[in-house]
Amino acid sequence: MPAIEFKNVSKTFHGLRGDFQALDDVNFQIEPGEFFGLLGPNGAGKTTLISILAGLARASKGQVRVMGHDVRADYAQARQSLGIVPQELVFDPFFSVRETLRIQSGYFGIHRNDAWIDELLTELGLADKADANMRQLSGGMKRRVLVAQALVHRPPVIVLDEPTAGVDVELRQTLWKFIARLNREGHTVLLTTHYLEEAEALCGRIAMLKSGRVVALDRTSSLLAGTAHTLLRFKTDAALPAALLPRARVTGRIVQLAARDAREVEELLTTLRVAQVDIEDLELGRTDLEEVFLTIMQGAQA
Amino acid sequence: MTPVVRRHALTGAGTLFRKEVLRFWKVSFQTVAAPVLTSVLYLLVFGHVLEDRVQVYPGVGYTTFLIPGLVMMSVLQNSFANTSSSLIQSKITGNLVFLLVSPLSHHAWFVAYVGAAMVRGLVVGLGVLVVTVWFAWPPFAQPLWVLVFAGLGSALLGTLGLIAGLWAEKFDQLAAFQNFIIMPMTFLSGVFYSVHSLPGFWQGISHLNPFFYMIDGFRQGFFGMGDVSPWLSFGVVGLSFVGVSALALSLLKSGYKIRS
Repeated sequence: MPAIEFKNVSKTFHGLRGDFQALDDVNFQIEPGEFFGLLGPNGAGKTTLISILAGLARASKGQVRVMGHDVRADYAQARQSLGIVPQELVFDPFFSVRETLRIQSGYFGIHRNDAWIDELLTELGLADKADANMRQLSGGMKRRVLVAQALVHRPPVIVLDEPTAGVDVELRQTLWKFIARLNREGHTVLLTTHYLEEAEALCGRIAMLKSGRVVALDRTSSLLAGTAHTLLRFKTDAALPAALLPRARVTGRIVQLAARDAREVEELLTTLRVAQVDIEDLELGRTDLEEVFLTIMQGAQA
Repeated sequence: MTPVVRRHALTGAGTLFRKEVLRFWKVSFQTVAAPVLTSVLYLLVFGHVLEDRVQVYPGVGYTTFLIPGLVMMSVLQNSFANTSSSLIQSKITGNLVFLLVSPLSHHAWFVAYVGAAMVRGLVVGLGVLVVTVWFAWPPFAQPLWVLVFAGLGSALLGTLGLIAGLWAEKFDQLAAFQNFIIMPMTFLSGVFYSVHSLPGFWQGISHLNPFFYMIDGFRQGFFGMGDVSPWLSFGVVGLSFVGVSALALSLLKSGYKIRS
């Protein structure tokens, strides 16, 4: 039985200015114990897909199951199996951290949960903030509380919707250490993130969404192996030749070009020399997930 | 981590109920003390001006007549305010998500939200009563009706607040609901007068206002007499509650304006 199953999921939003199809026939499964990444540009449908999983939105077509429970017909069981860390930094200003976690436990039918709440507070570095009001916490601390709230009912499946957006390095490390531990202990993790390095380091399998469709679905290692695997990186002040522009990744002075093999590297260098582009700090590296992501997103445009 | 956790279905609704009660209790100066003071001011001003000029029921002074109306008005307004302001705040700040991802059923939402609204309405009503009886002691002729109409009225307005809170997308819309529907219906229901003192046309209009039956039935409990039979009032208020509850439950079940 898959931990999460999306079957022919489509979602159309009906608005005053016409309909908008946010998801178009999405199909994939996540097995128990996987660390799975869901990637895609803004507006690709990631949050819509997660909202349907969590019961915040309803699919126009198709079925979604969590640990075998349909998210609509059997919503109580499905939601008991799921812990969601929402993207927005939301909180209830009336309560302290501990009250917030006790209330969330109660919603899931758990009356006495302080031992686990204390463990969560310690693991997430919140122990000294337990009695602080939510309003007094910094953004990073509020984010930690959101993670604790998602885990308070010990769900087998954990969904993190861009949990590290705008978060400092220390929290990112604490968070990943803790989530990795939960994953080792058997929890299934579904992660959406804009930090592709994180996805590459953490996720065993990745799905990429574009305009509501799954455009890639594979093991992270296979995705990395499947595209051009050498990355040519240099700095320049000059304009690139027109032939190279569509495939170049330019960040300020830094230019990155992907190549399949040594021969293609040579061709790229020749093109640059012929165009009389002066280059500095030339490096050759392995392609990263960002390169794979961009290649796939460009390919999927057609 | 041990995967075995004892879960109880009732704990969910009970938690939401307690959270909703705590929410207003933590700011009780604003949610309980302030409305009690407002009602006492009404009693002092109107009672002082009209005590010697108006007699609605034989042998009942105007201040005494006014007390049940003011108590009921506080019950109704505060029950409405509790559900509606809690829901719109949670929607606007986004923290409703914690409830939306929970396994609570729409019945649990309904019972918890309306239950907490009743507590707030009844606590404020009791506060108004405790303070105002120092000015005039009403006879409490049929106390059972007092309890029945206080309970039904707070439940009905708590449910209306739930509907308004789900419907409103901005504080502005909620204020419009409160100021253009709830307030006029409360004021024109006979809190400050008996509808029998009105011209025939306005008497007829008043009888179409369900708030009139709540106030009149409640007052029956104090004085043993009213403008209409308490059983008629009970029927109208009871049916209104069944109707708005059915609407509120169906809105919650369909996720109206809270699940896309």
